[in-house]
Amino acid sequence: MHKAAVSVSASALEACGVAHPHESARLHVSGEAVYVDDIPEANGTLYAALGLSQRAHSRIESIDLSAVRAAAGVIDVILAADVPGTNNCGPILADDPILASTTVSYVGQPVFAVIADSQYAARRAARLARIAYLDLPAVLQPEHARAQESFVVPPMARSRGDAVAALTAAPRRLRGQFKVGGQEQFYLEGQISYALPTENLGIHLHCSTQHPSEMQHLVAHALAVPSSHIKVETRRMGGGFGGKESQSAQFACIASIAASRLNRPVKLRLDRDDDMMITGKRHDFHFDFEVGFDEQGIIHGLRIELLSRAGYSADLSGPVMARAVCHVDNAYYLENVEIRGLSARTNTQSNTAFRGFGGPQGAIAIEYIIDNIARELRLDPLAVRRANFYGSAPRDTTPYGMTVEDNIIAELVTQLESSSEYAARRTAVRDFNKTSPILKRGIALTPVKFGISFNMVHYNQAGALVHVYTDGSVLVNHGGTEMGQGLNTKVAQIVALELGVDVARVRCTATDTSKVANTSATAASTGTDLNGKAAQDAARQIRLRLATLAAEKLGCAEFDVRFAANQVVAGQDGNSMPFDELVRLAYHARIQLWSDGFYATPKLHWDRNKMDGRPFLYFAYGAAVSEVVIDTLTGEVRLLRADLLHDAGNSINPAIDIGQIEGAFIQGMGWLTCEELWWNAEGKLMTHAPSTYKIPAVNDCPADFRVALFRNSNREETIFRSKAVGEPPLLLAFSVFFAIRDAIASVADYRCNPPLNAPATPEAILRAVHATREIRP
Amino acid sequence: MTSQPIRFVLGNQVVEVAGLPPTTSVLNYLRTVARRPGTKEGCAEGDCGACTVVVGSLEAGQLRLKSINSCIQFLPTLDGKALFTVEDLRQPDGSLHPVQEAMVDCHGSQCGFCTPGFVMSLWNLYEASPKECELNASQVRRAISGNLCRCTGYRPIIEAGVTMNRRRSAVLDRGSTENLLRVLTRASTFVYSADGQTFHAPRTLAELVELRSRLPGATLLAGGTDVGLWVNKQFQPLGDIIYTGEIAELRQVRTPGGGIEIGAAVSLNDCWATIREKYPEFDEMWERFASEPIRNAGTLGGNLANGSPIGDSMPALIAIGAHVVLAGPRGSRTLPLEDLYTGYQQTAIASDEVLASVRVPKRGANLRVACYKLSKRFDSDISALCAAFSLQVTADCVTHFCAAYGGMAAVPKRAAQVEAALIGKTWNEAGVQAAMSRMADDFTALSDARASAEYRMTAAQNLLYRFFLETRREGALAPAQLRVFA
Repeated sequence: MHKAAVSVSASALEACGVAHPHESARLHVSGEAVYVDDIPEANGTLYAALGLSQRAHSRIESIDLSAVRAAAGVIDVILAADVPGTNNCGPILADDPILASTTVSYVGQPVFAVIADSQYAARRAARLARIAYLDLPAVLQPEHARAQESFVVPPMARSRGDAVAALTAAPRRLRGQFKVGGQEQFYLEGQISYALPTENLGIHLHCSTQHPSEMQHLVAHALAVPSSHIKVETRRMGGGFGGKESQSAQFACIASIAASRLNRPVKLRLDRDDDMMITGKRHDFHFDFEVGFDEQGIIHGLRIELLSRAGYSADLSGPVMARAVCHVDNAYYLENVEIRGLSARTNTQSNTAFRGFGGPQGAIAIEYIIDNIARELRLDPLAVRRANFYGSAPRDTTPYGMTVEDNIIAELVTQLESSSEYAARRTAVRDFNKTSPILKRGIALTPVKFGISFNMVHYNQAGALVHVYTDGSVLVNHGGTEMGQGLNTKVAQIVALELGVDVARVRCTATDTSKVANTSATAASTGTDLNGKAAQDAARQIRLRLATLAAEKLGCAEFDVRFAANQVVAGQDGNSMPFDELVRLAYHARIQLWSDGFYATPKLHWDRNKMDGRPFLYFAYGAAVSEVVIDTLTGEVRLLRADLLHDAGNSINPAIDIGQIEGAFIQGMGWLTCEELWWNAEGKLMTHAPSTYKIPAVNDCPADFRVALFRNSNREETIFRSKAVGEPPLLLAFSVFFAIRDAIASVADYRCNPPLNAPATPEAILRAVHATREIRP
Repeated sequence: MTSQPIRFVLGNQVVEVAGLPPTTSVLNYLRTVARRPGTKEGCAEGDCGACTVVVGSLEAGQLRLKSINSCIQFLPTLDGKALFTVEDLRQPDGSLHPVQEAMVDCHGSQCGFCTPGFVMSLWNLYEASPKECELNASQVRRAISGNLCRCTGYRPIIEAGVTMNRRRSAVLDRGSTENLLRVLTRASTFVYSADGQTFHAPRTLAELVELRSRLPGATLLAGGTDVGLWVNKQFQPLGDIIYTGEIAELRQVRTPGGGIEIGAAVSLNDCWATIREKYPEFDEMWERFASEPIRNAGTLGGNLANGSPIGDSMPALIAIGAHVVLAGPRGSRTLPLEDLYTGYQQTAIASDEVLASVRVPKRGANLRVACYKLSKRFDSDISALCAAFSLQVTADCVTHFCAAYGGMAAVPKRAAQVEAALIGKTWNEAGVQAAMSRMADDFTALSDARASAEYRMTAAQNLLYRFFLETRREGALAPAQLRVFA
């Protein structure tokens, strides 16, 4: 199915459009892939662990570290006052202390670092501090922060048309609330930094991060040295998912401060529980909405407030909210709309990036609203979705003023509706429910439209370096980081195609701030779009230089020189020579065999105050059908079948893209079903390990799982007209949540809207079953 | 007694280790001492499987392999065993093992961090399957039920597992490992000391009882699936350790007079294999009980003696009338399982006693049983609550009824009021509804991260109702009509 669905461009892509295994696959399966903790340790390496706040909001009265210092193996203890430069690791605002000094703002906040001769000694000693706290009022719920108007960034607003007038005039109206929970990234490799002091106040930092350049800058500020002194290297991460975009900084800074202070290598690898207690997660959101619509379900007016749990500091909560606001439309035209976005300051972990970055939260709100409208009108939710899809002008502009030029959602949904046999199965589900007293089935089809590019225009740039060595082997370095998404594989394919050599000849190296400077985070799904283009640019420059020489040697015009299959050929079947041979000749002819490359995404403009412009180069689309069964006695749920159809444009590597789609879907399903963050009354996160926080496991993968790529070519001139695929398919999991809601609605004969919030745990489902029975008319 | 080195097989040779603390985990040994960094730490509590390795031991002279979580396995428990890690899988010519090839071909890795753990779980299944056997997806799913992957969504890994046997080429040379292990077999107690701490691995129940009396402060170690966390997460000093895993008497399963007697050190997986012969109704509970590597390491005695109110084996065993045998210097005594628990994580086991075995009586005629587990996730989750029932109805009258619950009180507990409301009555809707309303007389549930008190109470009642629907005389519902996972 995968191969059939892959379209290959007219230029007969030899290296692209092919399901190459991940460039590290053979290293992964043999355990030979090196992660930061696997790097052979330098002599004299020390280990750091963190002492954490036990209070949600308190003034620190005193810290007694005598037992910590006296503990076996302890070398040093570092406090806020010991930070040589700026005590901040916040990515945008300077409101994230590396170590808390006078006040702690959540349970789990690092207060001090212990440096010892083993990791266990450091961790054990970190528990021995005696901190006297003077408690301050703690805000643990976003609603309370809202009531106090306590936000980490100013409220955002965007409106178009006259929502109030449209609501008043609309034939029907609905009000409602909805909540969706947060989500721990749960990268399998926890946060880790390994800092080695180098000469003249330098630091060589191995860091598991999506953003080496930001780590470099923040470490430089913390140490009060120029950025040029800090070299950050990232070969690969054992998963990132957004959790290592900004929040790797705290550990990068602490390891570097300790290494610099002691002039010894220092490794800070977080224990899983500490990682989950300290770091931020996906923002949970609360929605309050009022919608006006007609008898066909077409939305006339919508007012909606988005309230997120930002946690104690800003981190990336502002941009997350901006993306949420820009995704409230999902695939639907909202003529009159008023959107408000509030980022609540709470005394909990500082929430951060997580795959989708607010987009999933914004989009699920409108899906919930449409689901409500459909049940109110006794219509198939799919019909209401269709009625509201973006269409031709004037129904083609987003609330933030961007024209949707590449809309394929109707066509894609029609194809999926047919391939999944949605209509017949919907009937079968209803028939099943009539005769099944305890178990109830549900089905839903939900669409996705997801904007691609960083909302902040200036992040949309990338650089790369390509080296061709005299033996014809090729080395690529670019600003993106590899976290499993297959970026390096795609970049290697792109460079191989450009130079006409086998992919096996192309080696991608660790991301390194001393090679490509000022890189953007590998985030917002843009890794291949940006770095692939930059690498192509670099490789193309080398190819053009080589083509000049080849034309001379082969006796043809430069534009007739073809690079393919490790050969350089004049015309279609003219003279040829091996690529290696040409490279050797080029070296002797003193032709530059390496090049840099650069890319800046075109067409973007964004006024962040007005929330207006074209923040995205294009949109990625997809849709999914899920069928579930629930138990009305216990709330247990099982996903029976999922059909996904996703638009990855002209796929560079269908196997990798399918992997992203499936993985994102299951991860999104976890967010909406089994993954539940639970804080106790004192504000302590009690789900801080995999024993209590449950990400999907193998039996959550449905036995019937059908995934296909939608045949499409990106309208925009992206790399090989492919589309970004990291985040958008996470939203396909909406179909699971709404299938559950459909199943619950059956207990009241589909006549009312089940009050179901996410995550739909068994408990949440059972509660919604009971509530639905009670509101039965 | 002088300390002996830990001797085990690694890389097809015998390795001797001395000087490391007895609580050194196999994982830390591999990563920092043996320089085998392929095995990863993801959680250090046996819940993610990134650290999965395979341990081989001689059973009846033959090599038996088991996947385990190396992060919570103490190194001295490897004495006399063989350890296999991902570094052992490449073939002599350097090519990948068929399991590894299948993972590459199916695109089963993305970030790769969990991958070595999956590879070892799959390799264990590969080695356990007969030569030409095609593997089915449910076998594969069970084998990797203790491995978390955050990237792939599992589909390609399941596919790798299903297809890995198709090009079966490499198999372990069992003979050479068996030969090495034979030399390592010990006849008397293994004693290993370092860092002022001694690890004792007695060979007989008598020695165990003697050690228990002599060292009342020592920590008794069975599978280590909980004790490992005391070290990794709570930094608890364990003092001396007495390990129950090498006592043949405690590793036996016997079937006297149609009943079952299971030694305390029998692994949960072996226990399942035995009990399912008489009680196949419990299969779903066993399937959901922890994960494959935890069931391989964890023991029935450990699960029972640990006394957790949310241990999964207790409700089912209480419902089928299990008794525990406690052995001590004054001989042994037998208790009904439900009487073992005296308070939160407190048991009737005296400080000089050990739990030696569990006795399950012969299954009664017409006995209906069920065990239902509720948790947020199917695989490897801890119960929010677990309920087990047994029932005998004679001429429409309930002659026997037992309802045992986990997660509803400080201890695993029978619902005495509910039971009393049903015994001697007709097994019908009205009677069951009346009994359900007595649940609050038996239990005051708590709210925590796993579930609220309200959910626990409602679900506890509803599970009884589910059991009724499954067993009522007229119009009983089949499992597939009652359970989403059936």
